[in-house]
Amino acid sequence: MNKSVYATPDQVSETKRHILTVLVDNEPGVLARVIGMFSGRGYNIDSLNVAEVSNDENISRITIVTHGTSEVVSQIEKQLLRIVPVHSVTNLDQEGSSVEAEVALVYIYISDTNKKKVYQLCDLYRARKIENEHNTTIFEIAGASERVNRFIKEINEITKVEIVRSGPVAISSIQKNEEE
Amino acid sequence: MNNEITGAEIVLKSLAEQGVEVVFGYPGGAVLPIYDTLFKQNSIKHVLVRQEGGAIHAAEGYARSTGKTGVVLVTSGPGATNVVTGLTDAMMDSVPIVCITGQVPQHLIGSDAFQECDTTGITRPCTKHNYLVKDVNKLSSVFHEAFTIAQNGRPGPVLIDIPKDVQFASGTYEEKNKIIIPSHRLFEPSPDFEKNKIEEAVELISKAKKPIFYIGGGCINSGPTASKLVREFINMVGSPVTMTLMGLGVIGSSDKNSLGMLGMHGMYEANMAMHECDVMINIGARFDDRVTGRLDAFSPNSKKIHIDIDESNINKTINVDVPIIGDVKQVVEKMISIWKDKKYKIDNDSLKLWWDKINKWKEVDCLNYNNEGKQIKPQYAVQRLYELTKNTKTFVTTEVGQHQMWAAQFYKFEEPNRWLTSGGLGTMGYGFPAAIGAQIGHPDALVVDIAGDASILMNIQEMSTAVQYRLPVKIFILNNEYMGMVRQWQELLHGGRYSESYTDSLPDFVKLAESYKAVGLRAKTTDELDDVITEMIETKNTVIADIWVTKEENCFPMIQSGSAHNEMMLSKDQKQDKKSAEKGKILV
Ligand SMILES: Cc1ncc(C[n+]2csc(CCOP(=O)(O)OP(=O)(O)O)c2C)c(N)n1
Ligand SMILES: [Mg+2]
Repeated sequence: MNKSVYATPDQVSETKRHILTVLVDNEPGVLARVIGMFSGRGYNIDSLNVAEVSNDENISRITIVTHGTSEVVSQIEKQLLRIVPVHSVTNLDQEGSSVEAEVALVYIYISDTNKKKVYQLCDLYRARKIENEHNTTIFEIAGASERVNRFIKEINEITKVEIVRSGPVAISSIQKNEEE
Repeated sequence: MNNEITGAEIVLKSLAEQGVEVVFGYPGGAVLPIYDTLFKQNSIKHVLVRQEGGAIHAAEGYARSTGKTGVVLVTSGPGATNVVTGLTDAMMDSVPIVCITGQVPQHLIGSDAFQECDTTGITRPCTKHNYLVKDVNKLSSVFHEAFTIAQNGRPGPVLIDIPKDVQFASGTYEEKNKIIIPSHRLFEPSPDFEKNKIEEAVELISKAKKPIFYIGGGCINSGPTASKLVREFINMVGSPVTMTLMGLGVIGSSDKNSLGMLGMHGMYEANMAMHECDVMINIGARFDDRVTGRLDAFSPNSKKIHIDIDESNINKTINVDVPIIGDVKQVVEKMISIWKDKKYKIDNDSLKLWWDKINKWKEVDCLNYNNEGKQIKPQYAVQRLYELTKNTKTFVTTEVGQHQMWAAQFYKFEEPNRWLTSGGLGTMGYGFPAAIGAQIGHPDALVVDIAGDASILMNIQEMSTAVQYRLPVKIFILNNEYMGMVRQWQELLHGGRYSESYTDSLPDFVKLAESYKAVGLRAKTTDELDDVITEMIETKNTVIADIWVTKEENCFPMIQSGSAHNEMMLSKDQKQDKKSAEKGKILV
């Protein structure tokens, strides 16, 4: 439950994956503040994603996937809120319903013998071939992390690949009023 | 535009508008434009320290004794790295500080230029917020925001790093009231904040049979009115109250409800009452490990109310039943009015039984020590210091070690803001510069640094500062020729192997004082003690009083690491049970 120097009485809840979305002022050092809080206090970052989402207001959205007990994750949320440029922290798991997706780019080593199988599998997963000047086989797949995992596992069984993944981004799917 | 002034002038103008009267600093290449501007004005006083580490502790002492924000000005590179300890100290103890650092000009940033360092990178985790200002036109708004952030919510240090070219550049100054700080950057409780929780808390208190108030430094940060209200409320309830090291003074020592300090070297009755209470009311404290002892045995049967301005302190180490996020003054004000409106009253019979029990614990007389012989006991030295200064307006600072704990146990505080000690970080070398800062803030008061022989050497160079500014600060060294607290732990936990804790080759403190043109005094026996203290108080100059105390005295009572509140050690002869001793050894 806690980070005290004294032993924890009893573990209170189980460790779970959580997706936090953090709105921040887009100013120098803000990402370092967020990451530094995690490393300094010994919390986990499984993946992290950041991009500006509103040009006029200069706000960025950071999506962090972490894991921990609900007590630890609640501490993480509160510690994030102490950071001056942080606007808000939302734990999407607590909100109940959210949609998440990530993108992977996959460089596939292709030969005459595996070509057919590769294209079939990509078709099945709706992975899209990205045209490029060297005409190498690079596919893009987007979707829930689990789906991307499955695709990567299966393509790996066919041939050698090189992969880059964005890590998940997520958004709450709860109905909102426009004024909010 | 002809309204333009230089960046350095904007710095000074911002400080002046913020009401800054004094800056603690040390010059260097990257802040020369600011020092040049300082030279041309008279409204802000600069105190030249002898090491930047001294500047920031002095600013802390100034801030904590006056309630104002402490301001520090240092150069880039080594100037900036020397303030890191003090920034961390201020962060841990929630002290409002604005620290200005010079930086190499922007075109050199990143080139490993002379005296360049990544100041904002280094200080990010030890400040509440920091800035690297690249645009001279943003300088004044940064300053105004920095002061607000340093003081707002839970106070803390804020650092502003200014490249030299920005100090030279021309730009416009914006006044404080023109700056709008977006609300998410501040802590702003809404007027009806936590109304239901406060009602729930007050009702819980009214039904308590064995209540205890547990008071921390947050009450002091909330301002003197907060202390008054807390006293008033506790009086209405009739409950016993204990204070943390940082909270001493919120409740007067002579207050009938006060059980004194709690925690590792706190009072037996305070810790026992915490252990056995049925309702605990934590106001502005944070369940620090020095206070709680073993967590799984911490106050096992109580309902806990926790009032804190920093939400991250809620349920961090101890789960509470009624958390209230807010400023102490506002919350307690509301509690009092609810208590009155509802005509609440605690059941007198149970309260009486509770006090009877507490009075039994008091009979243990936990601070009792053997005061035989001619040699001065450190506890006795603090007791005499208290007796001889209690009728004077006195500020006490400390270094870190046994002397700090004896000061907390034996010096009695009746008011907030009079006791300045490094609690969270435990920084040796804090006390003397902090005393300098307190004396600057209170020129006519008596300021005493209760010091250890080892700690005082960590910032002894500030003697030069104290003498230059004619600050009659008193350094009262409890000289045991040991890093006493280290030696005590080695005695209790490491078989008495005093590895590197003897402070050999100490200076002659009397001659040391004289070499700075200050006054050195020495007491070797109990007969000499009162005269030395009296002379120290009456001397209108900086004084080092070297008090030779018994060398191997231990600080008791003590909750050893790994033990619980009800397992206090009252003397050396009492052994901790083996299992908790083994478990406790790895803790700090
Ligand atoms: C900067 C720093 N370094 C090391 C320590 C660890 N430490 C805590 S108390 C202490 C000994 C202090 O000795 P002294 O100042 O003589 O005080 P005494 O305990 O003898 O009263 C030490 C080394 C510390 N608190 N701060
Ligand atoms: Mg010592």
